[in-house]
Amino acid sequence: MIQMENLYKSFENLEVLKGVSLRVEQGEILALIGGSGHGKTVILKHVAGLMKPDRGRVCVDGKDVYGLRGDDLERLRSRLGFLFQSGALFSSLNVFDNVAFPLREKTPLSAREIREKVLDVLEQVGLRGAEEKYPAQISGGMIKRTALARALVRNPEIMLFDEPTTGLDPVIAHTILDLIKSVHKDLGFTGIIVSHELSRVFQIVQKVAMLHDGVILFVGKPEEIMASRDPVVRQFVTEALRIPPSAMGIVDQEEKPRGEG
Amino acid sequence: MVMDPVRRLGRISLSFLRRAGGMSLFLGEALICAFSSQPKYSQVVKQIYFIGFQSTFVIFLTGAFAGMVLGLQGYYTLNRFGSNALLGPMVALSLIKELGPVLSALMVTGRAGSAMTAEIGIMRITEQIDAIKLMGLNPFRYLVVPKFLAGILALPLLTAIFDVVGIFGGYLIGVKLLGIGEGTYFGEMSNHVSLQDIIQGIYKSLSFGAMIPWVCCYKGYYVGYGAEGVSRATTQAVVLSSVLILFWDYILTSALF
Repeated sequence: MIQMENLYKSFENLEVLKGVSLRVEQGEILALIGGSGHGKTVILKHVAGLMKPDRGRVCVDGKDVYGLRGDDLERLRSRLGFLFQSGALFSSLNVFDNVAFPLREKTPLSAREIREKVLDVLEQVGLRGAEEKYPAQISGGMIKRTALARALVRNPEIMLFDEPTTGLDPVIAHTILDLIKSVHKDLGFTGIIVSHELSRVFQIVQKVAMLHDGVILFVGKPEEIMASRDPVVRQFVTEALRIPPSAMGIVDQEEKPRGEG
Repeated sequence: MVMDPVRRLGRISLSFLRRAGGMSLFLGEALICAFSSQPKYSQVVKQIYFIGFQSTFVIFLTGAFAGMVLGLQGYYTLNRFGSNALLGPMVALSLIKELGPVLSALMVTGRAGSAMTAEIGIMRITEQIDAIKLMGLNPFRYLVVPKFLAGILALPLLTAIFDVVGIFGGYLIGVKLLGIGEGTYFGEMSNHVSLQDIIQGIYKSLSFGAMIPWVCCYKGYYVGYGAEGVSRATTQAVVLSSVLILFWDYILTSALF
């Protein structure tokens, strides 16, 4: 279980998080939505222990991430998979070695077992045949898929996805989200997905939270967000899903039929 | 208004202390990691190849020219006092105690130190270091400690090459070009150069071997933003390493004499 309590974070004079509190239950995936530059990635980095909050705390399974040191922190991170927005692949390693890296370093698996596992996960993300290529030789979409393969290869208990489908063509994006869904079904990881592709992401998450201007405006089930009374939430969801305002019950005063109110 | 210079001085002092503290903590973390976990030997070997073997040619060239210049300058200076016979010890002592360690360190800073900063800096801005952390691994063990060990191992060896090549550069000028006897050149050298002198040179090169990775890795690890940040950090690393090498050389020379 991931729990954020009253998180505050500023960068120089810019206050990005202004008291964020969120809870993701065991085995649940939460979609974190909101406009660009509102601090969604900052939240993920706090959960992973890569950033320290100015105030507040993040607990994973009841343990404060910032209270953990040495082996305890290493143990937490060993259970965690993180898909970076940029991929963060090791530029000096090829696709195969990038995916194999965490297995070689953190598991007692033999070279043959590692090879089988890596090829299997590369097959799942549609990258068989690209094993020998270096990050500089592949497209942005392939970088993202390699990064996803690297994040999933150790079967993490907690997964943090930072825009997993951004920059991918619709077919690959669909495949990636299907893969996340099927891996979640198999492993039951607890996860947070930051994404702007609401229509697809809503199909695989159990909960949605909307971050706006450093605070959480909405938390609830995907179907509940459609009924939110908050105008900012309604506008964001309408535009992101390209739903006609009338379908959300948003009717402009000027468009009201004559004779009403 | 009156307080402005005082405020500025305070700000500069605080900034200096913050950086010095940051560098000390970085060194402390690297040392703890070096002694508490087994180093990545494959990375150490790779770094020895990069810092050591690939610097051999440039060390050879600079050593040869430094020795030749010393031979030429030393000959004409000593000639004024009728002490030509002491050219061998003069060249050898200058190289072994001073020029060998310092020039080798400056060459390695320019060739390998800048590359260390750029490599770690790029890994930082592309989140590769965060990715290592999130695999439950210590980035110091993978990126910093191998460079420290390689620097400490490679620099004394490069300095030894520099010294030997320089002594033969001085020999070429003093003996073959200016006509000092071969026996005089090497005989006086063995009379005047002691083991203590060689050990002093080794101490210096060992400390420079740790200093270069320390400064260059630190600058890369705490790089600013984007390509401009990496470029600035690389320049700062080379300048700071070079200044520290000369400063530390003075301190060690005062302490060892």
